[in-house]
Amino acid sequence: MTNPTAMQVPPREGDPEITPEIVADHGLTPEEYEKVLKIMGRDPTFTELGVFSAMWSEHCGYKNSKRLLRLLPTQAPWVIQGPGENAGVIDVGDGYALAFKIESHNHPSAVEPYQGAATGVGGILRDIFTMGARPVAVLDSLRFGDLDSGRVRYLFAGVVNGVGDYGNCVGIPNVGGEVQFDRGYEGNPIVNAMCLGLMRHEELITAAATGNGAPLMAVGARTGRDGIHGATFASEELSEDSDESSRPQVQVGDPFTEKLLLEASLELIASGAISGIQDMGAAGITSSASEMAGRGGSGVELEMTDVPVREEGMTPYEILLSESQERMLVVAHPGREDEVREILEKWELEAAVIGQVTDDGKFRILENGNVVGDIPALPLTDGCPTYEREGIESEQVVALREMDLTEHMTAEGDLTKDFLSLLRSPNVASKRWIYEQYDTTVRTGTAVRPGGDSGVIRIRGTSRAIAATTDCNGRLVYLEPRTGAMAAVAEAARNLVCVGALPTAITNNLNFGNPLKTHIYYQLREAVLGMREACSAFETPVTGGNVSLFNETDGKAIYPTPVIGMVGVIDDISKIIRHAFNSAGDDIVLLGTNSGELGGSEYLYVTYKLVAGHPPSVDLEAERLLQQAVLKMNHEEVLNSAHDCSEGGLAAAIAECALGNGETPLGVSAEVDEDLAPIVSLFGESHGRIIVSTSPENTERVLAIAALYDVPAKRIGTVTEMASGFSIKVRSGSVQARMTDVAEAYFDSIPNIMDAPTGSEA
Amino acid sequence: MKVAVITFPGSNCDYDLFKAAQQVGGDAQFIWHRERGLESYDAVLLPGGFSYGDYLRAGAIARMSPIMEDVIEFAKTGRPVLGICNGFQILCESGLLPGALMHNISLKFESKDVMLRVDRSDTMFTKDYTTGQVLRIPIAHGEGNYGADDETLKALEDQGRVVFRYVDRDGEPSDEANPNGSWNNIAGITNETGNVLGMMPHPERAMEKLLGSTDGLALFTSMAGSIQPS
Amino acid sequence: MSQYRIEVRVKPRPGLLDPQGKAIHHSLNSLGWEGVNDVSVGKAIYIEIDADSADTALATVEVMCRKLLANPVTEDFEVSVVDEMELTSS
Repeated sequence: MTNPTAMQVPPREGDPEITPEIVADHGLTPEEYEKVLKIMGRDPTFTELGVFSAMWSEHCGYKNSKRLLRLLPTQAPWVIQGPGENAGVIDVGDGYALAFKIESHNHPSAVEPYQGAATGVGGILRDIFTMGARPVAVLDSLRFGDLDSGRVRYLFAGVVNGVGDYGNCVGIPNVGGEVQFDRGYEGNPIVNAMCLGLMRHEELITAAATGNGAPLMAVGARTGRDGIHGATFASEELSEDSDESSRPQVQVGDPFTEKLLLEASLELIASGAISGIQDMGAAGITSSASEMAGRGGSGVELEMTDVPVREEGMTPYEILLSESQERMLVVAHPGREDEVREILEKWELEAAVIGQVTDDGKFRILENGNVVGDIPALPLTDGCPTYEREGIESEQVVALREMDLTEHMTAEGDLTKDFLSLLRSPNVASKRWIYEQYDTTVRTGTAVRPGGDSGVIRIRGTSRAIAATTDCNGRLVYLEPRTGAMAAVAEAARNLVCVGALPTAITNNLNFGNPLKTHIYYQLREAVLGMREACSAFETPVTGGNVSLFNETDGKAIYPTPVIGMVGVIDDISKIIRHAFNSAGDDIVLLGTNSGELGGSEYLYVTYKLVAGHPPSVDLEAERLLQQAVLKMNHEEVLNSAHDCSEGGLAAAIAECALGNGETPLGVSAEVDEDLAPIVSLFGESHGRIIVSTSPENTERVLAIAALYDVPAKRIGTVTEMASGFSIKVRSGSVQARMTDVAEAYFDSIPNIMDAPTGSEA
Repeated sequence: MKVAVITFPGSNCDYDLFKAAQQVGGDAQFIWHRERGLESYDAVLLPGGFSYGDYLRAGAIARMSPIMEDVIEFAKTGRPVLGICNGFQILCESGLLPGALMHNISLKFESKDVMLRVDRSDTMFTKDYTTGQVLRIPIAHGEGNYGADDETLKALEDQGRVVFRYVDRDGEPSDEANPNGSWNNIAGITNETGNVLGMMPHPERAMEKLLGSTDGLALFTSMAGSIQPS
Repeated sequence: MSQYRIEVRVKPRPGLLDPQGKAIHHSLNSLGWEGVNDVSVGKAIYIEIDADSADTALATVEVMCRKLLANPVTEDFEVSVVDEMELTSS
């Protein structure tokens, strides 16, 4: 196929004339428009301009991130499908494959938190079941401003409600995730949802349009005017005048239809009546049809008047760019259209032939048989200009990082009081308020529910299970992007080994500000480089993900937040470990060492509202050995619990082990002998540390395995009865508290904030 | 035991119930809501989920499904009908059980393990439990707040038709132990003849140690043991 | 001073997907009701409020609608007086 040129298309009656203003409104730069003209060989029609605008938005075209994303490792023997499809797929043994991906819905959630979050979950579920996999778990990674703002509480409550209602209704258990509250996210909440789906290897299907003359069918919900130009919108900054008039119409989620669509799609795939299927997500029919054509190396022809619509009088432009939810584009095998219709009809849904696959390499749009758009398909998907920009670190961040924290580290004060304040901070406190609104046990596969280090879902009929976690501390990435991104990968891997899973692969969600600004591009580039180093060191390839840029309000960007969604495999479900201490008398062993930094810690934020200092360093080799040591200990069944040490530091981590899910807390008597100030010992957030508990007769073996892997390890105390209280002694000071006070601080904090009478306002 | 698991559009615990029935030796079959004919079955299970999205009212649209006429006829024969969560809501909407399930008093979806006390161990669903036994079973619902008019509630208590109650770890039905505001901490009730049970908690999610509890198993073994093979 | 009973009708914005209305519409059709062209689901809220005049009462409730009762992104509202009762000054 040679490069086809666009045929002449007369302007459609009623469509606006193409002016430089209209081009600019579509988010295309003059240079990008020049490229459009070159591809087309003539001026585009209004419809065609809309198509280019959507496909070349950051959201669809990744124009500011593609070159960086190419740097990430994507290969491993267990990777079945890498980036570029609806979701990544890996082999998980016994003939099973796991499809998984994370996606953002930040901008829609800032405008309408409930629907924004709900439709975010809907979109990621569809990405999984269009691969042929049945969704088995979701996780959500959220960021908000501080909870003392009424607006933030409204956003937080709405997002949690939206994530919950959608997943609960479809019946996919939520098994984990994380949330951070920091003024750095004040105007721009982050809502990332991750989904995991299981299938047999032979059930895998991809989204390519092949076979000249094969019918293209729209299945599922009808097309309305929802979210027209959502993809372009997601690629712009929000500002004061992002008011109702300039907003695209908000998308409303219908989880009931999604559930029907899920069942119908899996039945369609199993029937063999179709050769490809893709979600009509961002940029709707435009992106699904052109991407399927691009992957298949073919063309497509679509008749707009055959698309089932919800509203009268929709133009081709509107139909092509609508982001109505719960719709799929299907390539049927010729002659089997009725089979497709019958399956959809059983699930009380519609299917309509809206076009066909062609062999002329064009993305062609018809209205009543008249051509209203004719675009060379390959340049449309692959010709999107990509940019490598200049990245320069912000002076302000350098100053914050280099701030002298000696005084903060050596401050005199009541350590117990500091400890309880830390536990009360919503960033450390129990997230029960959130996950008790999520169905965590539906599908009867959840072996480890939210609240632990990772969620675990068993694979029925095998001895295996899948573990998943999402992690990223945006403060650390802000202070030093490369280190912070490595830290996110390292933390995710620790969270997996803490349930007994081997870290296997990654999906990432790059949430950043406006990449046209040099200091933001610096963050993006450095974070990708950090991720690349860590993923290579841990052999956890990146199999896909999502990029969300322009997360800024009135020029203020979020913390750079490259969320890592990592999955791992557990070979033997009888060896799953959990984070809670389980018997008084057990020894507590600390694996890893404290490298002495206090930068970027929750302690600094709680005590001084400060995000500053050098974030803790990351030693990838030490992390890798630590992971291997814990897996070896677990394999030998000498561990009774394991828990990663992260936000809040050592004292908070040990408290979490002692509290468990709150039903049967135990006490702690520990002594940490480090040559560090008490604040750093107790509240510093050094990476590479895991707290394990072990029956005393196994302690020697635990220490021996640690030595075998060169992991520093020390018995630091004993699990006691609850009545003995919580005690951690450091060189010059201690934390001493009753377990009831520890439990109250940890469990009641978020409910007290959110369920207070003034808890929400619009 | 031949068991029919009814699937409505939006049911999402049908697979879990199917597996639970299989685990106790049942020959389980999915029945789509537009199908007809339950005569050959020994038990009928109405699963949880969000039939028709729970739009309008939970269970309100599902009870109009063709299969519900057959479920009502089946119940008249005295064979067991079990509705869990959304299934309980459908049973109430269809009139097979009295009362209604309203929004949780917290106005939030509540998903967690609760403690249930077995108040009757002489039903076809509970004979493998002992009276007063405390069970740990997950709940996951937004509309589980059971209520009815005074006369109905009095009849339920007088006739001993409350089978399960939300309790604390010591078996006491306290307000703290009540996850949704149900009247008298009611978690599950039967009809007058005792062959239709509706309950909000999910015993089918408490069948294996791996998942946190095996306390739901006896409900399914009880049912299997009560059935005379047809 | 009178007491006004105000009816607030909150309804989904035209053009937005209304999942509830769609599901009920489908169900009505399958139960055999012909000629049902559309169903949409909103809610009615009744507020009793003291005010000097019906206009003031309505204006106050409209502010309530914008601030709390209706979601400006997804819902429209209408307000009307359904009852008026004069208050005896004490």
